[in-house]
Amino acid sequence: MIAPYVLVFLVFVVYPVTYGLWLARHPQSYVTLFDDPVFFRTVVNTIVFLMVAVNVKFALALFLSGFFVHDRAWIRWLSVIFIIPWAVPAIPTIFSIRFMLNPEWGIINSVWFRLTALDGPNWLNDPTLGLTMAMVVHIWKALPFWTLILIAGRLAIPRELYEASSVDGATSWQKFKYVTWPSIRTLYLSSTILSMIWTLGDFNSVYLLTGGGPADLTHVLATLGIRYIRLDQVDQAMATIVVALPFVLPLVYFMMKRLSANE
Amino acid sequence: MNKFLREAKLWLIAIPILLWTLLPIYHIFLFSISSKDSAFSGALWPDHPTLRNFGTVFRQEHFYLHHFWEQIWNSLWIAVAVGVITLFIATCAAFAISRLKVRGGRTVMNAALFTYFIPAAFLAVPMYKAMGTYGLLNSRWSLVLAMVTLASPYAIWVLKQASDKLPWELDEAARIDGATPLQLFRLVYLPLMMPSLVAIGTYALLLAWNEYLYAFLLLSHENTIPLAVGLGHFLASDDSPWELLMATALIYALPPAAIYYAFRRYMVGGLTVGAVKG
Repeated sequence: MIAPYVLVFLVFVVYPVTYGLWLARHPQSYVTLFDDPVFFRTVVNTIVFLMVAVNVKFALALFLSGFFVHDRAWIRWLSVIFIIPWAVPAIPTIFSIRFMLNPEWGIINSVWFRLTALDGPNWLNDPTLGLTMAMVVHIWKALPFWTLILIAGRLAIPRELYEASSVDGATSWQKFKYVTWPSIRTLYLSSTILSMIWTLGDFNSVYLLTGGGPADLTHVLATLGIRYIRLDQVDQAMATIVVALPFVLPLVYFMMKRLSANE
Repeated sequence: MNKFLREAKLWLIAIPILLWTLLPIYHIFLFSISSKDSAFSGALWPDHPTLRNFGTVFRQEHFYLHHFWEQIWNSLWIAVAVGVITLFIATCAAFAISRLKVRGGRTVMNAALFTYFIPAAFLAVPMYKAMGTYGLLNSRWSLVLAMVTLASPYAIWVLKQASDKLPWELDEAARIDGATPLQLFRLVYLPLMMPSLVAIGTYALLLAWNEYLYAFLLLSHENTIPLAVGLGHFLASDDSPWELLMATALIYALPPAAIYYAFRRYMVGGLTVGAVKG
């Protein structure tokens, strides 16, 4: 009964990956890749994206999880609304944000003009702003999910710990420092690792917002591989992924270790 | 007074959350009930709200919408096929690993998890190449099989966890009564697993309906693409009809959102909580 999955795994994971690695065997592909100025820029973008987007997202998720654990009926309703970005498909909302950022007709610059009487920035036509906005889109979409995970972590902390620290006269900062954080630190760190892996594979936030532009300056590794496919340079696309593997595989290994430790 | 201040502080956090979450959603809704002129004027509410955009979409009265019904049908067909096939594969695998304790079960589980943790955008490149060799490019089956590959690992993991929790006495009692493994599967296992099966079927279905990257790589004919790729085509030119795009996008987003909320209790957590809790 295990055969159907083994078959799927062999045909759609093992064979493609082996074939892909075989395609990526020519040293020439890597020379061409490293000579491509777009590649260098992409690596920098990817590192910035991972460091900034993941950490900002988790700082916010940590803060918001503290807000959402308050026991109020209206906060439970707010949490139902808060999950919408995660519940809806990516394209509609990313396209919506894309038009909101349109310099001439978008709602953001229109409000900007009404408030300051100045023209707003050309959001997606500037590489730095464009990448920043892609990170904003990524955070908008993924924040609810990680907030929920951290809420689950906070709710698992025994209430007595908080009651005892109240009796001892602890301030809310001390409660966070000595009760909350030690209890959810492991959860927070492994969530960050998992989120880094998934963020590395986030194609939509960049591709659907900027398309990698202007002038291919906002690509990340996930979109660059696909760009090479569209240019019919599959060897190059595979080489891009092989270059990323030394960074991805340790993270994957860490997560798998973590899972088997929990069994 | 102190209590009042604390409540005020909560509301001060709540308002930005509400704005941040709802603005892009409201913007979709705003465009879908606006005429083109009104949409492009940057107004926060149209002077003359209209449902005309939806009529245009349903009657396919625009170049980008000529295949609207066909594409929504493709989306549905692909999502249902992925849901059914994933459910079949994952249930069999979870039963074999968890209840029959087949040899190599652990290795298979690890292989599945490895696939789950590899970023999907990275697997897309070799997958595209392989589908080419199999001659499946531009057939809806290529997307169905690719999505089954992506959905199965999580499905197997969740079903295995759920199935580990079923009492062993049931299996023993069934065996003593002379039940074959297949009878055990059909008469004992499936009925007990029903809630998890519904959740996993929904998960796979939504994953397939929402997918963009694989759909756009593997399918390119106007009449095989799902609606997700059809929406992407709107941006092919500079003067895109954004009000129609947003009306179509709203129609596309509503069914999965409704399903998500209906099954919300099952949808969050699962593997992730299992994976990250210390």
